[in-house]
Amino acid sequence: MTQKFRLENGGLINRDKKLSFKFNGKTYYGYEGDTLASALIANGVHLVGRSFKYHRPRGFFGAGVDEPYAIVQLYRNNETEPNIKATEQELFEGLVAKSVNCWPSVNFDIGAINNFLKIFLPAGFYYKTFMWPKSFWYRVYEPFIRKAAGLGVASTKHDKERYEHKYEYCDLLIAGSGPSGLASAYAAAKNGATVILAEDKPRFGGSLLTSDVNIGNQSGEDWANSIISELKEMPNVVVKNRSQVFGYYDHNMLVMSEKVSDHLPKTKKHHPKQRLWYIRAKEVLISSGSIERPLVFGNNDTPGVMLSSAAKEYLKVYGVLVGKNPLVFTNNDSGYETAIEFKKNGVNPIILDSRVNPQSEIIDEAINLGIKIKFSHVVVAAQGYKKVSSADIAKISDDKKQLGAIENINCDCICVSGFWTPTIHLASQSGNKTKFKEEIDAFVPGTSKQKETTLGAANGIFTLEETLKDSFIAGQDLSKKITNNDNKISFPNVVEKKSSQHDKFWCVPMPKGKSYKRFLDFQNDVAVSDIEIALKEGYRSIEHVKRYTTLGMATDQGKTSNLNGLQLVSDIENKVVPAVGHTTFRPPYTPISIGAIVGREVGKHSKPTRKSPMHSWHEKNNAVFVDAGVWLRPRYYKQGSETLFEASKREAKNVRTNVGICDVTTLGKIDIKGPDAAELLNRVYTNAWLKLPVGKARYGVMLREDGIVMDDGTTTRISENHYHMTTTTAQAANVLSHLEYYLQLVWPELNVNVVSTTEQWAGAAIAGPKSRKLLEKLFPNNDVSNEGLPFMGYMESELFGVKARIFRISFSGELAYEVNVESDNGQFMWEKIIELGQEFQVQPYGTEALSTLRIEMGHVAGSELDGRTISYDTSLEGLISKKKDFIGKRSLNREAFNSSDRQKIVGVVPLDKKTSIPEGSHLVKDAQAPLPNKKLGHISASCWSVEHDNPFSLAILKDGKNMIGEKLFVMSPLKNKVIPVEIVSSHYVDPKGERVRS
Amino acid sequence: MLHIKCPHCGMRSQNEFSYGGDASVKRPDLNKEISDEEWDNFVYNRKSLRGKHLELWQHLSGCRQWIKVERDTATHEIFNTYKADEEIS
Ligand SMILES: [Zn+2]
Repeated sequence: MTQKFRLENGGLINRDKKLSFKFNGKTYYGYEGDTLASALIANGVHLVGRSFKYHRPRGFFGAGVDEPYAIVQLYRNNETEPNIKATEQELFEGLVAKSVNCWPSVNFDIGAINNFLKIFLPAGFYYKTFMWPKSFWYRVYEPFIRKAAGLGVASTKHDKERYEHKYEYCDLLIAGSGPSGLASAYAAAKNGATVILAEDKPRFGGSLLTSDVNIGNQSGEDWANSIISELKEMPNVVVKNRSQVFGYYDHNMLVMSEKVSDHLPKTKKHHPKQRLWYIRAKEVLISSGSIERPLVFGNNDTPGVMLSSAAKEYLKVYGVLVGKNPLVFTNNDSGYETAIEFKKNGVNPIILDSRVNPQSEIIDEAINLGIKIKFSHVVVAAQGYKKVSSADIAKISDDKKQLGAIENINCDCICVSGFWTPTIHLASQSGNKTKFKEEIDAFVPGTSKQKETTLGAANGIFTLEETLKDSFIAGQDLSKKITNNDNKISFPNVVEKKSSQHDKFWCVPMPKGKSYKRFLDFQNDVAVSDIEIALKEGYRSIEHVKRYTTLGMATDQGKTSNLNGLQLVSDIENKVVPAVGHTTFRPPYTPISIGAIVGREVGKHSKPTRKSPMHSWHEKNNAVFVDAGVWLRPRYYKQGSETLFEASKREAKNVRTNVGICDVTTLGKIDIKGPDAAELLNRVYTNAWLKLPVGKARYGVMLREDGIVMDDGTTTRISENHYHMTTTTAQAANVLSHLEYYLQLVWPELNVNVVSTTEQWAGAAIAGPKSRKLLEKLFPNNDVSNEGLPFMGYMESELFGVKARIFRISFSGELAYEVNVESDNGQFMWEKIIELGQEFQVQPYGTEALSTLRIEMGHVAGSELDGRTISYDTSLEGLISKKKDFIGKRSLNREAFNSSDRQKIVGVVPLDKKTSIPEGSHLVKDAQAPLPNKKLGHISASCWSVEHDNPFSLAILKDGKNMIGEKLFVMSPLKNKVIPVEIVSSHYVDPKGERVRS
Repeated sequence: MLHIKCPHCGMRSQNEFSYGGDASVKRPDLNKEISDEEWDNFVYNRKSLRGKHLELWQHLSGCRQWIKVERDTATHEIFNTYKADEEIS
């Protein structure tokens, strides 16, 4: 297939490299340097999709980021991505794309019925419909809309691509590489400032690539290329193309999305697909240019109606004609530039200029070239369904209210120019209160809020000379403030054509007897009539009109529609545009892929993985791991075909009968030193700490100031002014911050230092009746008898030459010890224990057995200390000192904490001694009671008691103290279970605590 | 993302810090008899100010010091930062 609309010469594409691609199943050819849009247009393809609401045919409207129509589903390297703008997607060999929002095909679309059933979908359709009878919505409308609506399909596969995040600092960040971006970057770089220059397109130069100007005796394009080459060589400059600065956040932080590989058939090895840059800039120069405004007339959404600047860009950058019989409809001089480009390439355009008798250099040039111009003329309506085939045109009265006789002329495209809208999104995002500039009928940035300066067209300056002057000076001045250098740059000589005043006209009146759709928002199908309805129905605030009609709420965020919408509201309301005000600009400026936002934080990388020093031993011994916060802990050690249940039962049983060993490295450890260390502990814990002797451990509970239990653990007095605190795995970081808070802010007079030593020590719990025998083997030179190392005792020793700390503490309710060695020796310690423990049938146990052991002995953990319970609830009230004050004590006076039927921890056993009880279930008095059934408490933790060989649970139960022996029901609507249970003591094993002291 | 000047470490990004609430709250002295109202005010009652606010932040992924930050809650402008024990002018 030939590229019938490709010019013989010209453009910035590489004609030596032909590329094949597929669109909607058909193969086409383009060139390297094309976008998907330019290549399709070169092949005469103008029908690319269907509109969102009415499913009207959609073509191309722009040539870049402002494109509202040409959104495609892209297929690349066995992946698919929705919502890709064809005007931004660079062509690569083998590219495959499909239309979206059409069913069954772009040429025959069922949804287009909407176009004839407009009564279904006026402004506020969704709001109104939701108020209709529900059944009608579910049965009739929703299935119909769902089938026909939507913009592409997200892949359900795992995204194999890599996305990166990068943090960068610079003196100046410059967004946009048009004339103002280049000039300011150059001046700042010469002054020695560190500069990042970002361009969203593949090519640098912005408007210089398409305008007929001269800078310093070079064409605009040549000048841009020479500046860019020089900047690229400078060590203090980073120049990035395919990079969109899309968000301006607090404290001068901007975020930029760099499309590293999207233009390639496949991402190169070790390269990311996209990279998100978080840039903290001292100064920001916004040189984002401007976007051409559409003119509004009947059927102005027909494929072939497009921005005149886009038509010019397709011509000059891609060597592509958007039509061979073009009509240019303009209210200013820009349309003439496009017409002249057509003429220079052998195509005869007709210009319709809404102005009465404009005069300027470029109009003279057009006249001299023999271009046919009709002043005071407008397009009333485009004709043609899937592509423009002709236009109804008419003369318009000087007051723009009366149309003359309508004449139909043939054309295959209509290039519209309604003047220019500065791209003020970034400035507005920074907090800049924008102001309306009457001369250009558009908003421009007002007073800077953060360190931002807007230049050139983005600032409403449309002449090159002024733009370059402003930009050189801005670059120079801002960099001078930072670097103190003052390199003067001589301004180049600029040749450009002077423009005449644009016409404030923007919307063609409706001819008598016609009811054309005149669109404002091309992506969301919002027409003039929709805004009229909204205003008639009483909507006044522009923010409300926007939400009611969805004007400007599509993925293009109304880049081409917002101002015309405002203009219409102000016309109807008889207000000036600034009185109507514009809606808020919010980041991102253009859609950003979820992958880029997430970056590397996916799957395993979404959080750090922490492993104990014994991890490789666990792996070798068939441990099945579980996430415990960021730690990976063995859940159980699988033997043969054991299930989790069987293995954990075996492991727990072995602790109760022989001896088990558990990796407890993950426990939080805090080293506390200083003469006031005991005083700190005394204030932090609820029990007394001033008299703990050296070489002894004590169990403690700490509260928050509101009286709720925060954490528990044992703390050991290592020496006179040195303590070793342990916390739960989950609360380790919070407890450290908590201590630091009180030491630094509340009681700075306390002379104490705290530091986390969690990583410094590897820990092994040795638990079971045979644990002392094993300890004797491990530490043959120490007296570890009940007298030598009593319960809650501590000693320092050597484990075969390795420094070790031995604590006699128990979490399992059995005679137990915890041995700590420096982390590097963890594996050595572990293997020694296993080796010497063989004769005592030592077995490792995981977190599942650990839980079983603590649950059946009634030791509380995270599931009971859940941020809602106080000491009483968890039967820790015995540890509350009456004699001293401590954090949270004053809150314990609260009435609710002292009510007579206060909840308390209890044990729960099913009456049939068989049915396991789901955690989180509710306890109720009467299982048959009507809903909502009064909840008396909840199951906090469940296990299979290895001591009694039946299920056992802990529960937090209302008036638990007096409920022992009662029969209740456990209800789990989630698991659809009702279980009759008996309430028992939470101490289901060794209630007197004899074993730990044996 | 805010840019906060830690008085110990210099300018750092917000993601190194954790927020600690109103810095003007003073914990009642230990062992002091106080009314329920006074205690409630300390534990629960906070003003939700619009404008200048003196607040606590901890430089968690840095020097671990608690610092005081004078910030505008509406605009996020940071006027000054102080060490925990610094006199506030
Ligand atoms: Zn710091």
